[in-house]
Amino acid sequence: MTSFMLSGTNASKISSQLTHLRHQMGTPAVGMVLTLVVVCGESDQYDAVRAATEAAREHPSRILVVIPRDPSEPNRLDAEIRFGESTPGEVILLRLYGELTRHADSVVSPLLLTDTPVVAWWPSDCPEVPAADPIGMLAQRRIVDARSAPDSVKAIAGRARGYVPGDTDLAWTRLTTWRSLLAAAFDQPVAKVKRGTVEAVPGHASALLLAAWLGERLGAPVKVSDSSGPGLTSVKLVSGDGDITITRGDGRLAMLSRPGQPDRRVALARRPTSDLLAEELRRLDPDEIYAAAIQRLARTRKS
Amino acid sequence: MSRENPQPQADRPRAEELTATGTAHEGAVTTATAASIAGITEALIESNPLRDPRDKRLPRVAGPCVLVLFGVTGDLARKKLLPAIYDLANRGLLPPGFSLVGFARRDWEDQDFAQLTHDAVKEHARTPFREEVWKQLSEGIFFCRGEFTDDGAFDALAMMLKEIDETRGTGGNYGFYLSVPPKFFPVVVQQLKRTDLADGPGGSWRRVVIEKPFGHDLRSAQELNAITSAVFPESSVFRIDHYLGKETVQNILALRFANNLFEPIWNRGYVDHVQITMAEDIGIGGRAGYYDGIGAARDVIQNHLLQLLALVGMEDPTSFGADSLRREKEKVLKAVRLPSDLSLTTARGRYGAGWQGGEPVIGYTQEEGIPPDSITETYAAIKLEIANRRWAGVPFYLRTGKRLSRRVTEVAVVFQRAPHLPFSKDDTEILGQNALVIRVQPDEGITVRFGSKVPGTAMEVRDVSMDFAYGESFMESSPEAYERLLLDVLIGDPPLFPHQREVELSWKILDPIEDFWSTQGPPEEYPAGTWGPASADEMMARDGHVWRRL
Repeated sequence: MTSFMLSGTNASKISSQLTHLRHQMGTPAVGMVLTLVVVCGESDQYDAVRAATEAAREHPSRILVVIPRDPSEPNRLDAEIRFGESTPGEVILLRLYGELTRHADSVVSPLLLTDTPVVAWWPSDCPEVPAADPIGMLAQRRIVDARSAPDSVKAIAGRARGYVPGDTDLAWTRLTTWRSLLAAAFDQPVAKVKRGTVEAVPGHASALLLAAWLGERLGAPVKVSDSSGPGLTSVKLVSGDGDITITRGDGRLAMLSRPGQPDRRVALARRPTSDLLAEELRRLDPDEIYAAAIQRLARTRKS
Repeated sequence: MSRENPQPQADRPRAEELTATGTAHEGAVTTATAASIAGITEALIESNPLRDPRDKRLPRVAGPCVLVLFGVTGDLARKKLLPAIYDLANRGLLPPGFSLVGFARRDWEDQDFAQLTHDAVKEHARTPFREEVWKQLSEGIFFCRGEFTDDGAFDALAMMLKEIDETRGTGGNYGFYLSVPPKFFPVVVQQLKRTDLADGPGGSWRRVVIEKPFGHDLRSAQELNAITSAVFPESSVFRIDHYLGKETVQNILALRFANNLFEPIWNRGYVDHVQITMAEDIGIGGRAGYYDGIGAARDVIQNHLLQLLALVGMEDPTSFGADSLRREKEKVLKAVRLPSDLSLTTARGRYGAGWQGGEPVIGYTQEEGIPPDSITETYAAIKLEIANRRWAGVPFYLRTGKRLSRRVTEVAVVFQRAPHLPFSKDDTEILGQNALVIRVQPDEGITVRFGSKVPGTAMEVRDVSMDFAYGESFMESSPEAYERLLLDVLIGDPPLFPHQREVELSWKILDPIEDFWSTQGPPEEYPAGTWGPASADEMMARDGHVWRRL
């Protein structure tokens, strides 16, 4: 991997340095499909970059990491350019000092790949309304993560307020395997579901979303109760024919039971952040099902 | 179809997948299909409240079912099928309760077959090995021992399947994968009929999967079809041509029909000729028994290359459903015409001893099991024409061969020269023809070749290539063709499988050529590691063309 540092620089210098480095490596044209802008603090930077580079193996991207530093220092932009074996795209770490911390978009905007989608990701702290954020305004897709918020439950319940099509939350992405399994269980006819329960460790944002989604789709009350984990541990739906349950005690292998059918074991492992991110990058259109789930969640929490 | 297909939404994601390479395109689609989506949504919500066509995160998952694999010890099963099943499970695309039954002569128990599967998966699977996935899969692995002629063995199989339905909840849905030589088809299919396995009770499905070769000429293909169609309806027969499961081959449709850039020039007004090539660097290996008497044209041109021709040459289908897609492919195959003088428009050869990639290799007639007086070809090149408004007068050249210089499969659409060049003759001396190349394997992608000015004070124009590599723009490893095709079988989604009518049309194209060749004695020899016999180059030269150097 090649790494190159520029301190006290600006976007146009970074840009020409990139072109120069690419010529030097002998790869002037690369088939990158999108720009991923990661906004995070210095302490989250390592894990976020690692997940983003992993995901870039499926979706070659230019990854721009925006790290706001001390706003009381004089204005300054430091850049670190990485590219080479570990990633098919490029990674540029941007460290912003002084007043520049509030004008990150002025650095990011000239570095976006031309005419390809832009995705913004806040792995930890995120703006109240991502679409109104200067960086968020540049992006078609805005990814946040309720799990990293200080109060995940409050965070996920408040998502509907600032929702703009194109927003998404990794707490929702974590549910895809569960939802897929539940949907498969309903592929054979099932009597009307009367009520349901989702069990998870206390304060689990995804559990609330899953309950909201099930409630919305099945038209039945679905409540959330606490268990000792890890993560989501079970879903139980009470229907006229009997119970449909999925239980997962170890975070890896689940048991599916349906009325009139033998119990079956199904792999249902928790997925690493890179997988979640890769899933998000696969579809860049607004997720209406997610919108319906957060709106229901907001409604039911209020009443 | 709806009776068979437990997931009515299966059609829509398919259309999405095939067309959605650009997002700008989506606006138009939204308005055009809004009405039909509303219809689908209602029907779907009624059948499964948790599914919604707008919910694109949920993958297409097969319904509960059993896959019965005949010929489990073969190379194909070990290297492709079993790993593909694991990869599907790993991606969460197999239903809970999915079961796999192996049928073979071996004196084995369930766990022996599980062990074979385990080893095959460890060695050949594309995705990483995960213990919990294996646990889920291995619980559903069973083995049934017997000969194909043994009634008792098939009675046992029927019993076993019934039991699996009860213990694993597979609901009487069975797929039978015949990974065995075609001579065993009649007996296996008859056994399935006798034991009532070919006919499921209402609400369940039975499907049979067969591999090429689909006969060796028109008559044998019809006979083969008579055997399967006597027992299974055409809609339950899935003929696997693994080329159609490849991402790049499906991308031909996306390239042509999702873009506005290429279609206007995709006709005789701009295209000079088309070259479709499948070159292999290997010899016949241990396949002497199968290969001798069959030859390159029957082995490759009849299925893979004519399917590629159909996809490149067809008109736009009204939808990406199986019916419309197959109808368009049939139309173009029906319009294929052979030139009148086959001696000038076909070429065949067989490899002699030589050097291939730095190693000395033996010739075809020295391979073990090949009679010295064999007249089988290992290289075949043919010229075809398509008699319709779009393609009249545009030759399609198809070539395939073994022990060529390297392994490559591609479709090259070569365009006409510019009608007028405002440069002096010296400036454009080395300028070739524009070409659009679809690289099928290896290094899947698309290349566009066009002229560009060489930097400097003189106006010199030279060919340059612009590359789109799949591996670079998407996915570290795209799903194997067999993964896609197996999933389509289990879901019951047939567009990627050739219909019997296509098989027969392809034989109608090839049979006259084979008849002609059979009167011509042994084929011309070419040294291994080269690009085929001289007669193939002469064939092109007569039309003023040359093969692309690959």
